[in-house]
Amino acid sequence: MYVLLAPGLLYFIIFKYVPMWGVLLAFKDYQPFLGFFQSEWVGLEHFRVFFTNPEFDMLLVNTLLLSLYNLIFFFPAPILLALLLNEIRIALFKRTIQTLVYVPHFISMVIVASLTYVLLTTENGIVNELIYQQTGEKIDFLTSPDWFRPLIIIQTIWKECGWGTIIFLAALAGVDPEQYEAAIMDGANRWRQTWHITLPSIRSTIIILLILRMGDVLDNGFEQIYLLLNPLNRSVAEVFDTYVYMVGITQGAFSYSTAVGLFKSIVGLILVMGANWLAKRFGQSGLY
Amino acid sequence: MSKKYRTLPGTLFDVSNYLFLSLYGLVAILPFIYIIAGSFASDAELTERAVFLIPKTFTTAAYEYIFSTNIILRSVWVSVYVTVVGTLFNLVFTVTMAYPLARRVLPGRNLILNLVIFSMLFGGGMIPTFLVVRELNLLDSLWALIIPGAISAFNLIIVKNFFQELPPELEEAARIDGCTELGLLWRIVLPLSKPVLATFALFYAVGHWNNFFSALLYINDPEKWPLQVMLRQIVMLSQAAAGDLSSMDPSFVKPPDQSIKMAVIVIGTIPILLVYPFLQKHFAKGVLIGSVKG
Repeated sequence: MYVLLAPGLLYFIIFKYVPMWGVLLAFKDYQPFLGFFQSEWVGLEHFRVFFTNPEFDMLLVNTLLLSLYNLIFFFPAPILLALLLNEIRIALFKRTIQTLVYVPHFISMVIVASLTYVLLTTENGIVNELIYQQTGEKIDFLTSPDWFRPLIIIQTIWKECGWGTIIFLAALAGVDPEQYEAAIMDGANRWRQTWHITLPSIRSTIIILLILRMGDVLDNGFEQIYLLLNPLNRSVAEVFDTYVYMVGITQGAFSYSTAVGLFKSIVGLILVMGANWLAKRFGQSGLY
Repeated sequence: MSKKYRTLPGTLFDVSNYLFLSLYGLVAILPFIYIIAGSFASDAELTERAVFLIPKTFTTAAYEYIFSTNIILRSVWVSVYVTVVGTLFNLVFTVTMAYPLARRVLPGRNLILNLVIFSMLFGGGMIPTFLVVRELNLLDSLWALIIPGAISAFNLIIVKNFFQELPPELEEAARIDGCTELGLLWRIVLPLSKPVLATFALFYAVGHWNNFFSALLYINDPEKWPLQVMLRQIVMLSQAAAGDLSSMDPSFVKPPDQSIKMAVIVIGTIPILLVYPFLQKHFAKGVLIGSVKG
């Protein structure tokens, strides 16, 4: 038994727990030629530098704004789509639409970004050609800071909205049809049925998903942002994850970027635990 | 679902609902249709009129061009290799760890489970993990795309829960017949878990094919780039890429233009579209919407 367990356990130790211990780097001044153990301790110096760095405000604002937009524009989308799908009576039609809208979930972020580039580029991109025919002008979607956040939200909705309906459709399938029959007897129209029966039946699902979202407000998805990020839109696009990559991997400031990453992980952990606690308060089973 | 009143607003709503959902469904796949069409169009046509769904002049020039250089083929090969070997590794690692953990009596089981669950909540982050991979000399090796992601804690727990729910009588019967632990896993548990393992194999495989982040972090050598990294290079960094590619392969002199970009996107998408019916069959059963509880 333990022999079977060994490879997996070793994996968790080497790739999960050694890096966790490696966050101590954040409190050292890592010098490659000295190595992990010989490098000097510097305490909270990297954190002090990070918090007083003007970039910190930019990162925090960008990260939180993206999360906020996500919450306002993306979060309700799958709920709405699920409600609309739920009103469909022709099973074949419903299944076909479901089949179509789940597809983008499985497409890689690189493909999504590539599609975005090819469709929106000012050099013969189909969207800009259409705009040009109408207005005689072109819009610089890919480099304009004004377009970065909308593009991210549109990408997310296109990719994940369909997939997001699954959990709501599952909850909706569990609603007892007799409730609707009783409501019709009482003269409730479709809107009232939706308001009084359908929505309450998915309320707990909505609450738990909302709470869980709270747990990862600092996670904006590295790949999606990295792929749309460029020097021209950096002021609105750079977030914690991409910043860690840039200073850590590209510029080799290992200790400093570890400190930035650690700050993000700790806040994230607190948020997840807080969210879990809240979920339990609402009588949900919580995440763990 | 029950029959509802037929009212004018209701009918109006139904009609617009069907229209809207049809449109939404179309939007989900239209980009792919356009890209496929564009990849078979001539460059001249793409510059003249960007908007079409069926090219006037059908040409496979973009694909011929791609297949005439080995740069993209090589990255396709890297992706296929990582997907196949990586998925095998995922399955072996996940099963061998999930099986002992499914035993309620195993000493130390709860400690290990808690270690696994904690690793889902908190991690060392990008840089310390990168340094571990570097210390293990895995940089610029395809193993860096396989081993650091060998087990997904989430999948591990779902597989463990599945093993736990197998009827204990089977195990007892097998033991009475003198079956060893390994024999039990190999002859009883695995055959019973085939559908579940097939599902995880599919999801792991899609993950490997789509993986961009690990390759970005760990692979600098363009010869070992998987398709996703190559795709980004060609589509998004095309100015730089033209130079890069021609320096890597003298036959790649022409800068990638629109139809070639589209063709590369198609190549990156096709495998996913091919396995999609199987994926859909599995997630429709709800196998993955399980709980994480131990």
